[in-house]
Amino acid sequence: MIRFEAVSKTYAAARGATGHAALREASLEVAQGQVFGVIGASGAGKSTLIRLINGLELPTGGKVIVDGDDVAALDVAGLRALRRRVGMIFQHFNLLSSKTVEQNVAFPLKLAGRGPAEIKARTAELLARVGLSDHAAKYPAQLSGGQKQRVGIARALATAPKVLLCDEATSALDPETTEQILALISDLNRDLGLTIVLITHEMDVVRRVCDRVAVLEGGRVAEQGPVEEVFLHPASDTARRFVGEVEETAETALPAGVLVRLTFKGEATYKPVLGAVARETGVDYSILGGRIHKLRDTPYGQLTLALTGGDVDAAIARFEAADVRVDRLEGRP
Amino acid sequence: MSLFSNIDWTDISLATVDTLTMLGGSMALTVVLGLPLGVILFLTGKGQMLESKAAHTALGLLVNILRSVPFVILLIVMIPLTVLLVGTSLGVAGAIPPLVVGAAPFYARLVETALREVDKGVVEASFALGATRRQVVLGALLPEAMPGIIAGATVTAIALVSYTAMAGVVGAGGLGDLAIRFGYQRFQTDVMVVTVVLLLILVQVLQMVGDTVVRKVSHR
Repeated sequence: MIRFEAVSKTYAAARGATGHAALREASLEVAQGQVFGVIGASGAGKSTLIRLINGLELPTGGKVIVDGDDVAALDVAGLRALRRRVGMIFQHFNLLSSKTVEQNVAFPLKLAGRGPAEIKARTAELLARVGLSDHAAKYPAQLSGGQKQRVGIARALATAPKVLLCDEATSALDPETTEQILALISDLNRDLGLTIVLITHEMDVVRRVCDRVAVLEGGRVAEQGPVEEVFLHPASDTARRFVGEVEETAETALPAGVLVRLTFKGEATYKPVLGAVARETGVDYSILGGRIHKLRDTPYGQLTLALTGGDVDAAIARFEAADVRVDRLEGRP
Repeated sequence: MSLFSNIDWTDISLATVDTLTMLGGSMALTVVLGLPLGVILFLTGKGQMLESKAAHTALGLLVNILRSVPFVILLIVMIPLTVLLVGTSLGVAGAIPPLVVGAAPFYARLVETALREVDKGVVEASFALGATRRQVVLGALLPEAMPGIIAGATVTAIALVSYTAMAGVVGAGGLGDLAIRFGYQRFQTDVMVVTVVLLLILVQVLQMVGDTVVRKVSHR
């Protein structure tokens, strides 16, 4: 659905100075129906990346292909047609303060030149979809942040797009409202088969809703893959920082034994594997760190252990037999 | 001797009508010219849709020149052009061209400022929703800037009231003319007081109407 082929974006600078490279040869692919997260610190190039998808920015190198179209090659009319197939929501909602909720949702339909009867019906349907039918006649200033973002979502969906771009859509919301908006985004992905690209600086957002994630660092894609892969086994420093996994154990006081990290996923998370393996192989363990959480709907657990005594290799084999991934960590005594 | 012995109420009412005609005519033309000029000033500005340093600088210079000429001077300098445009430099018709030339650049700047206050995110969102430039200007920028544009029109209308009084200098008629010819030159203090009070009422009414409309269109 969306493909970036070695895309670069350099902003022209004042005379003499070198331009600022916001994106450097970024390549990625978003499949139809996927929820694709892009995470990075501020200034990593996230905003530029998402704006390249609907042509609000044009690349200075490489190609952006969206729904079969090379965005940079489209003429003005083609670009507007593309933008009707690609909805967008924003961190600060960007609603028209001079228009009511209903008029805001109707705005893209008016721009597209639809008839009044169609606009009325479609607007009512969209407001019902986001649960704001009772607020149709209000102005944005009378709404809460979460309600404003719902209006933004309804507005973005007005022209029945195939893709929804979310530009830090929950960054200005409190945790509870964030939860609700993310749930709505997940529903839209499931019910409408909407392809979603969201940029964020919060790993938690990625963990809750995304299928795949790309980690941006200084305009480059440092790492990308399925969320569980990047989340459980981050390969880049940036990804590790976002996951919040700082492996202090390997650097400070090292306990005796073999350091391993066990990753449980799905069913395995709730099975009493640890005790069973310890009993069977005579290996002793001390727990150095751990976390249990959910990735979308899949539970997972991760434990960092020091294994001592008994048959360590047998214990590892036994863990693997029970569908637990085992990584040996550096820093063996 | 009664309190308002010098007052000819027919003269006063005729002068009031003249003032209102000058104000209405010049205000309408000021908006017709000033609003697009303000929009172009804004759009050619740095980082805007039609960014053009040359056009922006040239228009800015024109506006600044017209704004820096004192209105009394403009009235006199404009006489040949006024005659060319409306056939006379006297009366209500003769006053309108200099009034418009004096007020339109002023209003254009106020419009430009109001447009600058519009959240850039709203403009970006409109483009992202598939708007053309024209649709962004007419459908998003102008409606969002409307409170500022109307407040600017109020300020401009009130400035025009004092300009119409000055236009009396070139024989424009109206309340200002009455105040100068009778109130000042013939020492008829009562005429002066009545005209000034009427002008004061006019300004008050304009301000109140302007404020009410701004409140109506502002939903921030």
